[in-house]
Parts: sequence; C-alpha cells; structure tokens
Amino acid sequence: MIGTEGSGAVGAPMERIEGRAKVTGTAPYAYEHDFPDPLHVHPVLSTVPRGRVRSVDVSAAQGLTGVRATLTAPDVAGTVGAEDREFAVLQDGEVFFRGQIVAAVVADTPEIARQAATLVRVDYEVDDHEVELPPARRELYRPEEVNTGAEADTARGDADAVLADSTVRIDRTYRTPREYNNPMEPHCSIAVWETDPERLVLYDSTQGVHVVRRTLAEVLGLDAERIRVISPHVGGGFGSKGSPHAHNVLVVLAARALPGRAVKLALTRRQMFSLVGYRPNTIQRIRIGAEEDGRIGALVHDVVETSSLAKEYAEQSGVCSRMMYTARARRTTHRLAALDVPIPFWMRAPGEAPGMFALETAMDELAYACGLDPIELRLRNEPGRDPESGLPWSGRHLARCLRQGAERFGWDTRPELPRGHRDGDWWVGTGVASAVYPRLTLPGSEAEIVLERDGSHTVSIGAADIGTGTWTALTQIAADALGCGPDRVRLRIGDSRLPTASVAGGSSGISSWGSAVVAAARAFRDAHGDRPAPGARSRAETPENPEREEYAMYSFGSQFAEVRVNADTGEVRVPRILGVFSAGRIINPRTARSQLTGGMVMGLSMALHEEGVVDPRFGHVVNGDLAGYHVAANADVGRVEAEWLDEVDPHVNALGAAGVGEIGIVGTAAAIANAAFHATGVRVRDLPLTPDRFLG
Amino acid sequence: MNPFTYARPGGAGEAVEAVTADPGACFLAGGTNLVDHLKLGVASPTALVDVRGAVDDTIEESPDGGVRIGAGVTNSDLAAHPVIRRSYPVLSSALLAGASGQLRNMATTGGNLLQRTRCVYFQDVTTPCNKREPGSGCSALEGHGRDNAVLGTSEQCVATHPSDMAVGLLVLDAVVVVLGPSGERRVPLADLHRLPGAEPERDTVLERGELITAVELPAPLAEGRGAYRKVRDRASYAFALVSVAALVHVRGDRITEARIALGGVAHAPWRARRTEAALEGRPLTEAGLRVAAEAELARARPGKDNAFKVPLAVNTCTAVLRDLTGVGS
Repeated sequence: MIGTEGSGAVGAPMERIEGRAKVTGTAPYAYEHDFPDPLHVHPVLSTVPRGRVRSVDVSAAQGLTGVRATLTAPDVAGTVGAEDREFAVLQDGEVFFRGQIVAAVVADTPEIARQAATLVRVDYEVDDHEVELPPARRELYRPEEVNTGAEADTARGDADAVLADSTVRIDRTYRTPREYNNPMEPHCSIAVWETDPERLVLYDSTQGVHVVRRTLAEVLGLDAERIRVISPHVGGGFGSKGSPHAHNVLVVLAARALPGRAVKLALTRRQMFSLVGYRPNTIQRIRIGAEEDGRIGALVHDVVETSSLAKEYAEQSGVCSRMMYTARARRTTHRLAALDVPIPFWMRAPGEAPGMFALETAMDELAYACGLDPIELRLRNEPGRDPESGLPWSGRHLARCLRQGAERFGWDTRPELPRGHRDGDWWVGTGVASAVYPRLTLPGSEAEIVLERDGSHTVSIGAADIGTGTWTALTQIAADALGCGPDRVRLRIGDSRLPTASVAGGSSGISSWGSAVVAAARAFRDAHGDRPAPGARSRAETPENPEREEYAMYSFGSQFAEVRVNADTGEVRVPRILGVFSAGRIINPRTARSQLTGGMVMGLSMALHEEGVVDPRFGHVVNGDLAGYHVAANADVGRVEAEWLDEVDPHVNALGAAGVGEIGIVGTAAAIANAAFHATGVRVRDLPLTPDRFLG
Repeated sequence: MNPFTYARPGGAGEAVEAVTADPGACFLAGGTNLVDHLKLGVASPTALVDVRGAVDDTIEESPDGGVRIGAGVTNSDLAAHPVIRRSYPVLSSALLAGASGQLRNMATTGGNLLQRTRCVYFQDVTTPCNKREPGSGCSALEGHGRDNAVLGTSEQCVATHPSDMAVGLLVLDAVVVVLGPSGERRVPLADLHRLPGAEPERDTVLERGELITAVELPAPLAEGRGAYRKVRDRASYAFALVSVAALVHVRGDRITEARIALGGVAHAPWRARRTEAALEGRPLTEAGLRVAAEAELARARPGKDNAFKVPLAVNTCTAVLRDLTGVGS
C-alpha cells in the first residue's frame, strides 16, 4: 500500500504547488488566457418562464459600433443536437424557463456586447407557467432513477404496520430551499474555432476537461479528437462545473460564427442563477417508528422535489435513509415536479446535504421524544452491515466519530432540556448530527508517467483542481508511488490532450485519479526496473476493484455546533462547529482540512442564510445576486474545527483513501438547527434559520 | 450599460450647472450604488458629473460646538474621525454597521444619503416597479416582501431606505446643506427623504440639479447616551431588517430627553416621535420601554412576508433602551 514506501510524501501537510502562482495572480483562470483582439459574447435571456420566441429584432444591436455578430434561433438552428434541451441553445424558439438563452451578441468589448444585448427585442408567445413546489396543476412523477443511478424508490418490510405498532412515532416534514453553488469564479470560457479542418479549442472553467470534450463532441457532432479543452485552474465549482452548460454551447456557436477569432464569455452572477444549475428545493416527510429505548423499527423518507421540464434532475435526497440507521422496515421514495424552471444540477453533496438535514433533524426530534441523548440514540441504531445491500462495511466508524467529537466538544456539559442555558441576552444551545458520504471511485481515468532527462517524472492525467488541492495531492501520491521526492514529479492536469480523467465530482477524484497514478507508477517500475532510461514511459488505468462487490464503502462523520440565539431579536450566531470525520487515509492534512472546514462553512451558510427566493408570478429567483442571496460572511463564521480518525480503508483502493470534498457540508445544517432548538425550544424544519423564526 | 460622457468639474457650483443644463446628466460620487445601476440598466444617464474633488471632503468643528461634514467625506473617514467617535459615537456605530470596508472607503456622506432602495424589483429591469418606471406597478406589494417597509407605505411603493448612516444622523438632528441652481438652502435631515405616496420615483425633496454639499450636526446632547443596533439576516454585509438609533438623557429614574430613529422599516429613515413622547418624563420600567416602542409600531401595516418586523422593531427598540438606561439589569 502506498504511504508505506517511497518518500513519505503522502500524509505530509505539503503546501499547494500552485499556491504562489495563485496568490501572485499569475495562475491563469479560464477567462485570463491571452489572445490578441478577442471578441466577447453576451447572452440575451428570456424574460418569460414558458412560451415561444415569436421574433427577435436585432437591428438596434447590430447598429451599435463594435458589434460583430448577433446569434438568434433562425441563424443557428440545426447546428447542434437538440435532444438534450440544456444544450439545444438557439435551436428553436421554445422557452422552458425564465433566464434561458434566446439570443446573443458578439462584440469587440464586453461592455459593447452587454449594451447591445439590452437592445435586442424579443417577442414571445406566452404560455401559463408553474414554478412552485408542490405544484398546483402538475402531477408529481417517479423518476426512472435518481442522480447516481440509484433506484427512485426502495421498500423493505411493512413500514406502515411497524410504524403503527411503534410506541414512539415521529412524523415531520422538512423543507430545503433552492440553493446556488456560487463559486467565486463565475463560469467562463474562451472558444476558438478553426476551419479546414474544423477544430475547436476551449479554455473553460470546468471540473472535467474530458467531460466537456465528450459532451460538446456529441452536441456538435464533431469528432472528440478535434476538440481540445484546457482548464489548469478553476476558482471553485461545487458541482456546478461538473458538466458543460448552455453557455459553453453558446460560446462555441459564437466562435463558429467568427472562425479564427477567440471569443470570450464570462457569465454575470445574475446569469449564473438560471444557467449553471442549483440544488433543487425539497419537501421531505420523515416518519420514524421506535421503541421507548430508541431502537428504530420503521423509517420512511418520502421526498418531493423540483426538476425542470427542460431536463430531468433527480436529487437523491432520500438515499441516506437507506443505509444510515438500522430499521427492520424501511421505505424511501422520490417524486419530482417537472416545472418551468432552470435545470437543477449537482451542488456539493447532492442528496446527502438536503437529505441528512431532514433525517438528522428527525433523529434529534426522536431523541427528545424518547428522552435519550442524541448521541446515544444514534449509537443504539448502528447497523452491523449495510442495511441496503447486506454487505459488511469497509469501515463504518460513525460511533468513533460521535464519541471523539463529544469528548472534544465538551458535549456532556450540556443541559438535558432545551431552553436551559441563557447567557445575558442570548439563549445558548448545542447540537449534533451525523454525516455520511459514499466512497466513490469512478471508472475511466488513465495516467501516464514519463522519465525526463533531468531525472524528474512527468505524470499526466486530465484531472481538475477546482481549489481542492489536486495539484498537490496527486504529486504526493505520484512521489510515493514512484519512490522519489515530490520535487521530482512534474504533474500535468487540466487538458484534454492528457490521458482521460473522470470528473471532479462525488468526492471521487483522489480515489479515481490517485489509483490511476499508483497503477501507472507500478506499471512504470515493473516495465523499467530500478534504473529506467530517460524517455521511459508507462500508462495505466484506474484498476477495477473487486472488493466493491464485497463491501459497502462510506465515509462518516459527526458534526457538533454551539448556537446562540438572541432573546430579543432572534439573531442566530454559531460561535463554534466541530466535525470529526472518517475518510480513510488523509493524503494531505493541509488541503484536507481546508476542504472539510470549507464544507462545514458552506453547511453553516446553508443553515443560516442560503435561499433562492422564487417569485411565482415572474418565475425567477428575485434575489439572484450576492447582495440578495446571502452566503455566510466572515462575521458569521466562528471557530471551525475539523479532525479525522487515523484510519486506512484497506478495501477502497490502493491508497486506502477517500475524498473529503463533500462530507464536510453533510449534517452541518442539522447540527446547527438542532443546537438552535436546544437553545430556544423552537424547532425549525424549513431552512434557513433566519432571525424571524426565533422571535418570541 | 449605455455610453455616457464623464466630467470632473472643479467646484460644486460648476457641478450644479452641469447637471442642471443637461437632462441626461447625473451626479456621481463614490459610485457604490450608481455604478451598479448603470450595469443593471436601472439608471442610464448620458452624462456623469463626478463631484469628488468638487465638494468639500473635510470635517470641521463649528463655533456652536457642532460639526460640519463635507459631503465628500467618505464613510470610512467619517466613522474614524476622532470628533465623531468622541462626540457622536452613534454615528460612528451606524456607519460601521453598513456595507463593507471596501464600500465605506468609496461611499461618501452625500451619496450615502441619496442611495436608493435595494428592493429586488427596483433593481431588476425585467419586473414592474413604480419607483423605477412610474405607473408600471409595484411588484413588491404581492411579491418577495421580507425587506419591505411597514411604516408610511403606499399602494404604489413599499420600499425601504437602506442607509444606516442616515438613521444615526437622524437622532443627531442633522441638517443637510444643499446647493442648487438658485443658491444654497438648508434641509433638516428629517425632511430630506419623502414617503412614497403617489410619487415613489422621488426619494427626496431635492430638486433636479441640487447637490448635497455638507451635513451639519448641532452640538452633541450633553450627557446623552447613544447606541445603534442593527438586526440583519447575517452578521455582516447585509441591509437592516430593522435598526434602531437611540440617544437618551437620563436623570434619576426618568428619561428627560429621548431621540429614537428606526431603519429598515420605511421609505425614509424613521424618527420614532411617538416612542420619544411616551418615554420622556415617565418613570423608567422595562414594561414602559416596551409600551413606548409599541406606540410607534402601532401604525405599522406589514405585508405577507414582513409581519415579523413589527415585533422585531419593538423588541430591538426595547432592548436598546434597556441597555442604555440600565433598566432591568
């Protein structure tokens, strides 16, 4: 196993390789690649939520000095595949949501393009629309599967009968609002289209250059070999850059209209609220039947959530209830409303983040109903094997996370009952929740290693660093796998010319790419021995892991929060949160801590602030900018601590490691809501926890 | 954003002339609000007359014991000024409760007073708004109303004034010095901002071409105790749900003078005269403070999303007065 050989790079808190370039402003982000005289495209977005474009008048826009082209459906219809409505940009006049691209302008400067876009007149035939959950006039439906490919519904045993026979019953409905990824770097692209032969080069802010290349190849009907996607640095994605979106097609259409010229696109923050995905709002009913000692007999988790009529997206909010706790009868369901809204997509821990808010708040309610400590309740419902698959765990260390967290946090000093601690004008409480995230490895990554003349190894894989630390962590893994120092490794990522890599999603990067790097290093050592000659070269793919069939593989965690609620104003403050995680071997404690605490801060933000407010009359999110859509400010974030168990998962991969990009956000909101209840006696089941919820 | 010309006149008179002469012109100071409006299409002037450099940016103590604040003084400089911190701490607190450090470095005293509502519909040119486009309708009345006003609203507009500074200045009885085409005049701050009525497009009583050149504060209330308390949806960098500026003078067990203003509740910074009247001369009790706070909010007419502002304003006002007077502690 890696880490026991080589230079001991794995496990060291190595500083970010690209850190200096980033803080000195020399690391190029997608928009910053230099081209002489680039053009700029600005989209025109629909102002109706449903209908058809009858006509587009671009004459005023075209009259503006500096405008080079306008793009409308009649101009470009038929040029891209229309099967996936997200990518069928300007292929017909159908409007599926407010904020859809209905035209665009290309100009010499971004300012001219933006001004010209305001001069485009669009005439619509308007249909009735429906954007709210639950819908008044539309049927809910069961998707074929949920995101990740899991079943929409599961059932084991007679949950209704067991519920009816239980002495303690919880039946509550929880709601989470639309939440937006809002990476600091907006979605940006530069496209250059060359003719004869046709070739596309795209500089993109993406979580996967090969995903973008594959998708655009399909959409454009172009051989993937003719497309190159470059993305060395990405200013955050949180899932929203895990796939290309409509703007990528638009910038390509613009470039194709002006071959040979670089065309730049940077979405505005407001445009991001309709074009690059979001976490759909959910309504989750949870029913738990338990005995007085807290042992759960039945668990039912019914999810109703938003999808888009333009393209289905089924957030897997209920899947956590399939494996978290023991129950002899269990049912989970997902129902979607296909609404006239922008297309939801991945946002950090899709499924687990909203699902565990509901389940872990319900568990807190059950603890009070049984008169049990919330930690003790969870310990009493620990399943010996995965309740869903029946498989043994590759390592289920939730109990250790809870116990270690309780000790570090000082859990045992809390008053048993809510509203039991007041400090001046503030009610004070503490709360706990569990966290979970699957240990995923995606297939299809390949790494190549070449020995250079100077004795260094070039390690190539088309992976992405979206701020997570990939540059550094893969360098460490390669160093140990090759038995050299990290300074002898030259990592290359973020270019589709490099060997194929899977998307930076599902916290799978370290496992998927890292395993490919380890396999390539083994192949290199096997093929070239101890004294390889310069130019020696080996490639290998992420190996298949037969143990995936034998073990249920999950990371776990415990989240603890202290919350203060002002007795006069209801203001909520979170002076400290602590997370203790089990995530296998930690490759780099520095970048791992940053990811975990970052996830926890995002969970705090989800708990207290984040809510895309939809106006049902107009159909759009009316607070779609960073003044109106609140994310946590520095002043909201108190002491945030993340620690982890000293652990190696012997089954998950050759590294014994799992990714930590997502688990930090899971459970944080529930821990905070549970702490707010403990402080005030007020149970909030709809996020976010704004001050008005606590006004006495 | 539309093309516009840009001028930097050398003096306030020249700036007033430039804007008066050109119906497409408007003043630019720190630009922290106007530049957003240019980008969003909320404002489309054809000429910007930059008054930085044209208006005074100094703070002078006046012979009567007050101060004169040049309209060009930035929010950061005003908040940090030793005289303000010593004699008018409620103003410092109010300033520091607003915006962010970067914005306060740019925003000016005059511009802060004239900033416009952050009502989401006002800022979104794809939705009707009487303030932006008179007669088009008010989207906020039946729309997202969490931030809407509860006092002094009209059927045409329920927007709030977003300034913290103005709420602090209101309890200091500030007077605004205005230069216009026909000369200089003084407008008590309490009279500067209008209620929306049937003309929500008019935020203030200023006429076209009039420029705020200074804000004058009378001598501070002797032995007064002041505080500014802002309640918002996050701990920093958010507009007030409700804010309270209070200045009280306590003798024995009675409040002899009270000046109280509310933010986040109306189209203008709101002087709570009824609360003041209910406090002055009465014995101090916590129940009495609450009754006094309620006296002002009795006239509140909240909408579907902002009923919480009424108890929030009462509670916050009571808490501020409780802390200032020591009642109940």
